[in-house]
Amino acid sequence: MPTISFDGQEITFEPGQTIIEAAMASDLYIPHLCWHPDFPPHGSCKLCSVKVNGRICSACTFPAAEGQEVVSSSEEVRQLRLRLTQMLFVEGNHFCPSCEKSGQCELQAMGYYLGMTDNHYPHFFPVRDIDASHPHVLLDRDRCIFCELCVRASRADGKNVFELAGRGIHTRLVVDSPSGKLGDSNLDVNDRAAHICPVGAIVVKETAFRIPIGQRKYDRRTIAEVSVAEEAPLLRKRYEQKED
Amino acid sequence: MIFCPLPLRGEGTIGHVADQSGFQPYFEAIGFGRWSFIDLLFRSRSLEIDTAESLDAVAAVVDKAVSQHGTRPQHLLAVLRQIQKDCHYLPKQALQSVARRFSLPLARVVGVAEFYGFLHTQPRGEYDIYFSDCVIDVFHDSEALMQRLCHRLRLQPGAVRGDRRVSIDTTSCTGLCDQGPALLVNGWPVPRLTPTLMDAMADHIERRVPVTQWPAEWFLIEDHLCRHDLLLNTPWRPGTGLKNALRQGVGWLLEQLTASGLRGRGGAGFPTARKWQFCRETPGDHYVVCNADEGEPGTFKDRELLKHYADQVFEGMTLAAFVTGARLGFLYLRGEYECLLRPLQAALRQRRCLGLLGRNLCGLMDFHFDIEIVVGAGAYICGEESALLNSIEGLRPHPRNRPPYPVTCGLWNQPTVVNNVESFAAASLIAVHGGEWFAKVGTEKSKGTKLLSISGDCARPGIYEVPFGITVAEVLGLCGSGETLGVQVGGPAGTFVAPSDYQRRIAYEDLGTGGSFMVFGSHRDIIDIATRFAQFFAHESCGFCTPCRVGTSLQLRLMEKIRRGWATAGDIQELESLKQLLEASHCGLGHTAHNPVQHTLAHYPGHYQARLRDLDFSPGFDLDNELETARQLTGRFGDHLRQV
Ligand SMILES: Cc1cc2nc3c(=O)[nH]c(=O)nc-3n(C[C@H](O)[C@H](O)[C@H](O)COP(=O)(O)O)c2cc1C
Ligand code: SF4
Ligand code: SF4
Repeated sequence: MPTISFDGQEITFEPGQTIIEAAMASDLYIPHLCWHPDFPPHGSCKLCSVKVNGRICSACTFPAAEGQEVVSSSEEVRQLRLRLTQMLFVEGNHFCPSCEKSGQCELQAMGYYLGMTDNHYPHFFPVRDIDASHPHVLLDRDRCIFCELCVRASRADGKNVFELAGRGIHTRLVVDSPSGKLGDSNLDVNDRAAHICPVGAIVVKETAFRIPIGQRKYDRRTIAEVSVAEEAPLLRKRYEQKED
Repeated sequence: MIFCPLPLRGEGTIGHVADQSGFQPYFEAIGFGRWSFIDLLFRSRSLEIDTAESLDAVAAVVDKAVSQHGTRPQHLLAVLRQIQKDCHYLPKQALQSVARRFSLPLARVVGVAEFYGFLHTQPRGEYDIYFSDCVIDVFHDSEALMQRLCHRLRLQPGAVRGDRRVSIDTTSCTGLCDQGPALLVNGWPVPRLTPTLMDAMADHIERRVPVTQWPAEWFLIEDHLCRHDLLLNTPWRPGTGLKNALRQGVGWLLEQLTASGLRGRGGAGFPTARKWQFCRETPGDHYVVCNADEGEPGTFKDRELLKHYADQVFEGMTLAAFVTGARLGFLYLRGEYECLLRPLQAALRQRRCLGLLGRNLCGLMDFHFDIEIVVGAGAYICGEESALLNSIEGLRPHPRNRPPYPVTCGLWNQPTVVNNVESFAAASLIAVHGGEWFAKVGTEKSKGTKLLSISGDCARPGIYEVPFGITVAEVLGLCGSGETLGVQVGGPAGTFVAPSDYQRRIAYEDLGTGGSFMVFGSHRDIIDIATRFAQFFAHESCGFCTPCRVGTSLQLRLMEKIRRGWATAGDIQELESLKQLLEASHCGLGHTAHNPVQHTLAHYPGHYQARLRDLDFSPGFDLDNELETARQLTGRFGDHLRQV
C-alpha cells in the first residue's frame, strides 16, 4: 500500500483518499468543521489546513499521494487554525454562556482544543435574522459558520431546505419556502439536516440544557478524541459499504 | 425629503460603508441616511407586489424572459437579468416562477440572484446607475461627480429615491479606465464623465427621457489602440486559420501551438498547447469556454479585442473545438460589457453563414460546433475559471476544489478548455502563420506579445501591444508618464512596482500580468491606493472560505484605520500577519488579496509610519468603527467635531 509521512509518521492510504481520510483511517485527528465523513468534502472552513511538501493545502480535499510529507501539528499550523477559529467567532455573534449548544458545540470545542483565550480580532456584530417559526427546530443565524453541512445533508434528505445566499461577508443562510421561513419549509425534525449543524445555528427545540454541565459532549473529551471515536468508524463504514 | 440638503461626508469611508461594518442589512433597511425613514414609509407600502394586476404583469415578464432565453441551467442568469431589467428588481413572485420553470428550489434561485452585484431582490430605480469605483476613476474625480449627480437628483449614494425613479451606487472597475471616469446606466456604459454631463444627465432623468433616447455621443466608447504589433497588425480573414488546420491536421496544429510557446493571457500563463492536448486526451463531451470576464481593475483590452477582433476570437475557440472534439462552446461576457452582446451575436451569425460555425463546419460530415454567449452580472470572482463554470451552470459562482482541473472535469464535469480572449485570438493567427512566426518575438519563456491596458497618470492611456520582455521604464516612455509614485502591474492582485524597480520586465518569468498597467503620479497617496485595493477584495470575496471572507474585511478595516490616522504600530503587525492567513484561502482571489498591502508596505514603510499615532500600544477598541452606525443613523460624519 502507498504511504505518506504524517507528522513524521508513515501512514498508508488507499488510492483516491484525501489526506484527512487517510489520517482518520489511522485514527489521527486533523481539526475540521465543515468536513463530515458522510458527506462530500467542501473545503470552506480551512481548519484542516496542513502543510503538504511545504505548501498549505486543505486536507479534506487534497488527494493523498505517495511520498507526500504532511505536517499537521506544527506551531505554525496551530497558530493558523487558531486565527481561523477566532475569525469564525468574531464574524458571527457567539454568546457561549447563554447558548444551548454550549459544551456540545464544535466551534467552542475547537477554541478550547487550540488554546483560544480571546477573540483577538474586533467583533463584527452582524445583524442576522432568527427564525423560530418551525414547531420543532430553531434557526439562529447569529451562530452560522457557513459550513453548508445542513445544505449537503438536506440534499441527501432529498429536500433542499437550506441554501447559502448573499456574497462575501454578507453571505447568509436561506430556507427553501415561499416565505423564507423554516416553519413553511418541509423540514422534518427527524431529517438529518436538523441534527448536523456543528454549532448552535440549527438546534432542536425543547432539548436545550438537558445535560448537566460536566457531562456534555466536550466537557470530558477534546474534539480530537470525540472525532476519532465517532467519525473514524463512520468513515470505515463508508469504505466497507463501497467495497460491498 | 425633497428639500433636504445632502449631509456632507467629510470623514466618510471609502466606497460602501456597510461593506466593512457588517451592518449591511440594517443600512439597507434604513437606506443610509437620516431622511430615509420617511423614504422607507413610502416605500414599504409599495414594496410587495400583491394586486392581481401586478402579479399578472410579473408573470408576463417571466414568460417573456423564459421564452426568449430558455430554461436550461445556462439560461438562468440571462432570465434573471431580463427580469431585473423589466421590473427594476427581482420580485419574489418572479423568483418563485423562475424556480418552477427551471425546476429548482426557490432558495437556490435566491442564492444565485443575491450573489451578483447587478441583480437585486429589493426595488432599484427606473434609472439604475453604477459609478465605477476603480482607483483610476476615483483619481479622475468620480466620487465628486457621483456626489454631484446625487445632489442634483436629491438622493444618497447607495440609495433608491423615494419615487423609485433613480438609484445610484458604485461598482468595481467597469473596464473604461482609459476614458474614465465612467458609469453604467441600466447597463449602458457612459465614459468621460464631467460635471456638465452630470447636470445634463440629471435633467434627462427628471424629465424621464428613456436611456435609448439620450444623446448617442454620451455612450461613445473610443478606441485607444496606441501600439500595434503581431496581434493587432496582422490582417485577418475569417476561416483562414481553421481551413489551414483542417488541411494539416490536429497534430500539426498542436505542434505549431507548442512551437509558438503561447501561454495563457488571462494571468496564470499555462501553455495553451498543453491545455488543449490534455483536454483532448480526456474522454467525455468536451466544451470550449472563452473567459471574457475581464474583471481585473484597470484592464480593458478584451473589450477592444471583442469589439474589433471578435471573429478571430471565435475562430480560436473553433480551433480548440477541432482539437478536442467539443461541439459546444461558451463565451462568458462580463455584465459590464453587455453593450457588446449584439455585435458579438452578429459576428456569430456571420460565421454561421460562412459555414464556419454550426453543423458540418467547412462542409465536413463530422465537425459540428456552435457558440453560446453567457452574460455575467457583476461579480469579479466569475473570472476565476471554475467559478465561471459554476456561473454558466446556473450555480452560485464559488470556485471549485482543485484538483480536478477544468481540462479533465469542467463544465458539467466534462473535459473543458478555458482560455482568455487574447489567447484564442493569438491561436487563430498561429494557425495561419505558424508557431515560429509567433515565437520570433518575446523572451525565452514568454513568447509573442502582450496587450497592456494602460491607465492613470500618463499622457496617452490606452491599449499597447508590446513584445514580452519590455521593461516598465520603456512602457512608461511609450505612454508618456511624468514623475511617478509607482505602477501597479496586473491589477490589485498583481505587483506594485516602485521607481527603483522600473527595469523589471513584463514577462511570465518576471512581472506576469493579465494586462492591467496603472500609472500613479508622484502626487498620489499610497495608503489611499492600498485601501481602495483592499476595498476591492473585501467587496469581491465570494465568501466561500473563512480566511478570505473574514480576512479581506479585517484587512480593509485595518487599512481604513491607518488611512484615517487612528492606527498604531500594532495594527501594522496585525496587517502583516494577515498574509499567512490569506494564503490558506481557497482560490487565487484570497491568495493575492494581501499583495497590495504587502508590496506598498515594503516600498513605502515611511508613508505608513507617518500615518500612525504616536503610541506604543494598540487599543483594541476602534472608536470610529463603533460610532459608524450612529453616524449613519444621524447623517453626521464627524463634521461637528471640527467646529468645536
Ligand atoms: C480571482 C480571479 C479572477 C480571474 N479573472 C480572470 C479574468 O477576468 N479573465 C481571464 O481570462 N482570466 C481570469 N482569471 C484566470 C482564470 O482562472 C484562468 O486561469 C484563465 O481564464 C485561463 O485562460 P488562459 O490560460 O488563456 O490565461 C482569474 C483568476 C482568478 C483567481
Ligand atoms: S446552519 Fe449550521 S450546518 Fe448550516 S451552514 Fe450554518 S453552521 Fe453550517
Ligand atoms: S479565496 Fe475568497 S474568493 Fe476564493 S473561494 Fe475563498 S472566499 Fe471565495
